[in-house]
This record gives sequence, structure tokens and C-alpha cells, in this order.
Amino acid sequence: MAEIIDLVLLAMLAITALSVIFLKDLFTVVMLFGIYSFLSALIFVNLDAVDVAFTEASVGAGISTVLMLGTLALTGRKEKANNHKAILPLLVVCVTGGALIYGTLDMPPFGDPNNPAQQHVAPRYIQDSPQEIGLPNMVTSVLASYRAFDTLGETAVVFAAAIGVLSLLGLPKQDRAAIQSGLQSHIVLRVVAKMIIPLIVLFALYVQFHGDYGPGGGFQAGVIAAAALILYALVFGLPMATHVVSPNLLKALAAIGVLIYAGTGVVSLFLSANFLDYNVLASDPVAGQHIGIIAIELGVGITVFAAMLSIFYAFAAQAERKNIQ
Amino acid sequence: MLEIISSVLLALGAFFSLTGAVGLFKFPDFFTRVHAASVTDSIATILIVLGLILRTEFDLVAVKLLFILIFMLLTSPTAAHALAKSARHGGLLTLAETRGGQKESKD
Repeated sequence: MAEIIDLVLLAMLAITALSVIFLKDLFTVVMLFGIYSFLSALIFVNLDAVDVAFTEASVGAGISTVLMLGTLALTGRKEKANNHKAILPLLVVCVTGGALIYGTLDMPPFGDPNNPAQQHVAPRYIQDSPQEIGLPNMVTSVLASYRAFDTLGETAVVFAAAIGVLSLLGLPKQDRAAIQSGLQSHIVLRVVAKMIIPLIVLFALYVQFHGDYGPGGGFQAGVIAAAALILYALVFGLPMATHVVSPNLLKALAAIGVLIYAGTGVVSLFLSANFLDYNVLASDPVAGQHIGIIAIELGVGITVFAAMLSIFYAFAAQAERKNIQ
Repeated sequence: MLEIISSVLLALGAFFSLTGAVGLFKFPDFFTRVHAASVTDSIATILIVLGLILRTEFDLVAVKLLFILIFMLLTSPTAAHALAKSARHGGLLTLAETRGGQKESKD
């Protein structure tokens, strides 16, 4: 049964990818990318990788769709006609693809329990993490404690992406005069948005602090909180949103998140342990692990929230500037 | 017993989803299509989530499903409303209006 579901989902994934290639209407392409992300999320759920599915649904289908729509508002929705014949690139792609497929023949069989991936560190995590870390959600243990260096790198990448976008586009200025904007005539939207936005923020906090026990964590929580404010900005206008969460605050928050993360590591250094070794944060190693994981998840959440929202601000401000001109 | 009721609800929900999809393809213009998709979407959500709740042990999972139901019932009609209203503001006419306009221009 699971195989049939997998096959159907993978087939739909392939169809979506092909239509993305052949369609010329970029608006449709962006929507198809959202569908593609949701399909991948479903496949991840089917593989019991709920945390990954959560991230894929919130980042891939949520935020990136909004950001790509923001880009379309700047560039226009039609793809430019492309007349030149691309025989050589096709050849290169075919040869590379063939080489890659040939390479996969040497890979261990899919789903075999004797694969190196299942033999190397996975059994150790599964056997020892309940005693060493004591969190019900093993994914969080691996992500935030065993692999804390990698996650620090990921957080730094998100931070760097925000810096890159902001240095290219620039953040909007807080403008008190232009507060009357947004979708004035959409009363239903405004009322429902007002009802839903607090719930979304509450859900983000739940995902943030419940990540130790269920699927979730800093990345998903940051994205969901950013989505709440993006919804606010879309319905009530960008000036109003910058009034609520000012761009300067976002700049500070993005840095503070990384600082909390790396600072946790420095604290453990000062307590005469390795960088990001949380065992020394409390007298009991397991309690120390819990404190460390909550601290770094908070750092991740703050950075992701600030980075996503400031990138959206930058795109939206650019689009507003274009409308005015 | 609950299992049977839940199966019936789930099957009905799937059926209404399917009719919505068929309507989306078969109906002639934008507004009727939005109508088909959104109306069936609401009833399918109610039926499917209720069917799933009957399969839980009425613990925290059931409450979470209830939250999802409330959220979907708030957002999905709002999305359909916003879509239709934006199309209207953008100047899209209903099928009846375009046909009426054509007749007048012929006369």
C-alpha cells in the first residue's frame, strides 16, 4: 500500500517538474513549485520523516512561494521567448545524467538494512540518545546536540542569505505617513487575518518550544512566525507591518539569534568542555543537554524569523517603489 | 461501529473532494469553478476530519484535528472569497454577464 502511494506521489512529482519546464507563464510555475514542495512533504511523511516534511511544507511551499511571487511582482509574469537551439547543452546534460545514473549502479541497494547509512552512526544515536540526551524526539537530539556544528553552519547560512539580499535590495524605511494602505476593501480578509494571525504566532511558539517532544524546532517556528507577519503585511500593507516589527529590529534580531547559538558554545568552552558540549551547562548532564538545546533552538528560531521577514520586507519595498514610479 | 461511521465519513469526504475536482475541470468560467472548488472543499474538510477524529482515542490527537478543522473552515472560504473578489475587482465578468453583453451588442 505504501509503495502504491509512493509511486503515485513520485509520478505526480515528475509531472509537476515537467510542466514547470514547459510552461511559459511564470505565475503558474511558481504555483506549481508550491505543489511540488507539498508533494515532497507528503513523500517525507510517507517515509516517517515528519520533521523534514514540516520544514519542506513551511519553507518550500510557504515562504519561498511568497518570495518568488514578490520577485514576479518586480520582473513580470511572462518568460522571455528563447529561440536559440540548445543542442550542445542538451548533449552535456545527457552525458552528465548518464554518468550519474551509471554512478548509482555502484550504490548500495535502496532500503537495505546493511547499508553503511544504517550501520555507521544511526544505531549509536538510536541506542544512546535516550540516556545521553533524553529527548523523545530523536531528530532534535541529533540536529541540536550531536550535529550542533552543522546546525550552527545552517543558521549562519540563513543569516548570510539575509545579509546578501539586504545589501542588494535594502530594507524599507519606517514611514508613519503612509500607514493607510493594504487591502482596504477586503473586509472579510482583514477580519479573518486579525483572527488568525495571533493563532499562527501561538502555533509558532508551540512548534519552537515543543520541538524537543514532537516534530518541529527553531527552523519551522521561525518560518511560521515570519509567515504570520508576512500575512499581516499582505493584508494591512507594508508600512503598517514595518510599524509593528521595524526593519532595524529585524537586523538586530538576525544577528542576535546567531549570537545566542554561538554564545552557548562559548559558554560551554568557558566551563571547560568542547564547543557546543552542553553536558556542563548544568550539574546533571541530561539537564545540561536540555538547557543547551532550548537555547540554540531559540537562536535558530530568532535568526530564521528575522532573516525570512527581512528578505520579504526587502522584496516588498522594492515592489512598492516600482509601483510608485 | 465507530470504525464503520468513520469509513463512511471518509468515503463521503473523498467523494466530495472528487466532485470538486471534476467541477474545477468541467465548469465553464472562473466564478463557477471557484464555487465548485470552495464549496466541496469545505464539506470535504468537515467530513474527512470528523472521520479521522472518530478513529482516534479521543485524546490530544482529536483536539489537534479539531484545531485543524477550525483553521481550515476559517481560511479556505476566505481564500475563495478573496480570489473571487479580486477577479471581480480586476474586471472579470460572470458567464451570464458576458452572454448578456454579447446579445445586446448583436441587437
